[in-house]
Amino acid sequence: MDPVFLSRLQFATATMFHFLFVPLTLGITIIIAYMETRYAKTGEKVYLRMTKFWGKLFLINFALGVVTGITLEFQFGTNWSRYSQYVGDVFGSLLAIEASVTFFLESTFIGIWVFGWKKLSAKAHARVMWVIAAAGNLSGIWILTANGFMQHPVGYAIRNGRAELTDFFAVIFNYHSILEIFHMLPSGLLLAAFFIMGISAYHLLKKQHVELFTKSFRIGLTVGLVCSIFVAIVGDFHGVNVAKNQPAKLAAMESHWETQARAPLVLFAIPDEKQEKNRIEIGSIPGMLSFLGFHDFNAKVTGLKDIPKDERPPVLPVFIGFRTMVGIGTLLIMLTLYGWFRRDKLMESPTYLKLMLFSIPLPYIAIEMGWMVTEVGRQPWIVYGILKTAHAASPIAGIQVLFSLTGFITVYGLLGAIGFYLITKYAKQGPAATTE
Amino acid sequence: MLLQSIWFFLWGLLWAVFFMTDGFDFGVGTLYPFLGKSDRDKRVMINSIGPLWDGNEVWLLTAGGVTFAAFPKVYATMFSSLYTPLMLILFSLIFRGVAFEFRGKIENAAWKKLWDTFIFLGSFLPALLFGVAFANIFQGIPFDGDGLYHGNTLKLLNPYGLLGGILFVLLFLQHGANWLNIKTTGELRQKSIAVSRKIWLVLVPVAVIFLIASYFATDLYANYFKTPVLFLIILVTVIALFATRFFIAKQSFFKAWFASALTIAGAIFFGIAGLFPRLFPSSMDKEASLTAFNASSSPLTLKIMLGVVLVVIPIVIIYQAWAYNFFKDPVTQEDLDMDEAY
Repeated sequence: MDPVFLSRLQFATATMFHFLFVPLTLGITIIIAYMETRYAKTGEKVYLRMTKFWGKLFLINFALGVVTGITLEFQFGTNWSRYSQYVGDVFGSLLAIEASVTFFLESTFIGIWVFGWKKLSAKAHARVMWVIAAAGNLSGIWILTANGFMQHPVGYAIRNGRAELTDFFAVIFNYHSILEIFHMLPSGLLLAAFFIMGISAYHLLKKQHVELFTKSFRIGLTVGLVCSIFVAIVGDFHGVNVAKNQPAKLAAMESHWETQARAPLVLFAIPDEKQEKNRIEIGSIPGMLSFLGFHDFNAKVTGLKDIPKDERPPVLPVFIGFRTMVGIGTLLIMLTLYGWFRRDKLMESPTYLKLMLFSIPLPYIAIEMGWMVTEVGRQPWIVYGILKTAHAASPIAGIQVLFSLTGFITVYGLLGAIGFYLITKYAKQGPAATTE
Repeated sequence: MLLQSIWFFLWGLLWAVFFMTDGFDFGVGTLYPFLGKSDRDKRVMINSIGPLWDGNEVWLLTAGGVTFAAFPKVYATMFSSLYTPLMLILFSLIFRGVAFEFRGKIENAAWKKLWDTFIFLGSFLPALLFGVAFANIFQGIPFDGDGLYHGNTLKLLNPYGLLGGILFVLLFLQHGANWLNIKTTGELRQKSIAVSRKIWLVLVPVAVIFLIASYFATDLYANYFKTPVLFLIILVTVIALFATRFFIAKQSFFKAWFASALTIAGAIFFGIAGLFPRLFPSSMDKEASLTAFNASSSPLTLKIMLGVVLVVIPIVIIYQAWAYNFFKDPVTQEDLDMDEAY
């Protein structure tokens, strides 16, 4: 029982599960804050009922996001103690700032929002939700900055047998992190938009609470359209940056073996890591990979063969993950674009509504796949170029990790099932008939 | 040296604040099955901490995060050595958090009973295990110069460790009962007041035994004999403990709650002052002990983080105090009728 492998599995389980809840929280808080502000400004009861309905779903989701987040901060110490010692000087401070500056704000104000309906004016109550939305997204910024350091370490020097901070501003203005931030936070909004549109579609198909859900759907549609396009554009910048900073990741994303100029983009392939080639390749577009990676059809793209074997990430999950993410991303643009032209005829578009209902899982899958590309694609490094994952784990017994891993899978599986059951239950139940 | 010493003090302070705040949540959750006989009483108890527990729990994340940032080697060695107890604590906290949220979401007796159990376990176990963990740290943990742990989880349950666990549970029970004295009304309040008096009668002898046992089981007092002014910490703690009882008798429940908070802070600082400059002493090899001086981050990181903490933590305290003040009144029927209430 290899503690490194088990710890990786455990961290993957914990983060991927945590991330089933985080993006919705990031996105929907902004949308709910907008809805509640509309209520505070216009006094229209429909916006209050909207706020309460989406708020309830958000709170179930939020609880799961919070509790699953606690374990993550501590897993760096429990399972990755060599890592923590090596980069704690830089990485630890980012986590500490996240907790003290932003997570405090979010957690304290959520209590005020939930229990403060009667104690605060409508305007003040709406403002509390803006604080929550801002704090949640700012938390995300710090965490993504920390992740950006693992992807593309900057602002440090190796001293005293560890990476020590030399330039704090270089760390927080790391271009790699900034791209992650502008890719990830709008993805949260995009996921929330599809969540809202999908559930609204369910009720519109049943022709119930038509006004409330038409309004909700249209808010989701606007947000979804803008964000799906924005996410894709930033994604392109991200790709160029990866091509420059992490050539091995790019090569794995594309299952690209031979270094060549005018590198083609392969739409589908089955990579064979032993033979160092693709078993099957379908739909090759000449020069396209060079263009996507470097915005130049003739650029030279490093192939996996020119990367030492012990520095190559696993190709298959990165390759498939990337294709799934991009495929879904494209689909989301088409769905919202089409919806934009149907926005005044939603009730006459049952097929589209049904499609949107069944599209709820799509952004979830895309986001999880995106993270798989980011994190698996970084392997075998835990901090790119300076520390390998194999050297980062704690000196603990495999059996301990096996126990906790089993615990994580059982407990998270159970809580996830209950959480999604409750969200579905309250989503179907619809808004309370009258509030106040 | 000064910078590292300041950080050592801040490190202790953050843990103390965590136990002062989430401590009464643990206490309320532990009292929950004993005081909450009817569904209404149970809901009053949960809703008494409902708006605040989440913000309180963040002090744990901040204490953990600051350990990571300021003393990465301590963060790494402490949490990997205490792997199993920490995992148990974290899982307990997970269950406590979702239990509050899930319990009222389905109207079914068995469902509610299930989450009732988790509210109790998710409050009692962390209280106990944190106590066990800190008492073991006071004694020293068997790890070598490479940070390799040579003990096992069961050895943590030694008499002094268990005594620490019981002390923590009692401190939090007292603090939680004091909170319920503020936040409840009627019969539940009468029961809570009676319980807060009884707990005190147990807490006092346990605290005395712990102070004596610490002399034999740990070397915490070495610092005290070297710098006798430190005995003031113990004095203040004892005064706070007696003030708790005094204010309960006077029905000044806010003051009693502040007094029990101070008792908790005193108990933590009793240990912290004895440990200085060690954050994580080794019982195998004195040289391997992790101290504020050999396990800290670089001066630059310590300075930046000091700036952050000195600006942000006071702000956090201000808005949390505002939130506490906002929810200081007893839980009413109107509160329970709210759609969002737990």
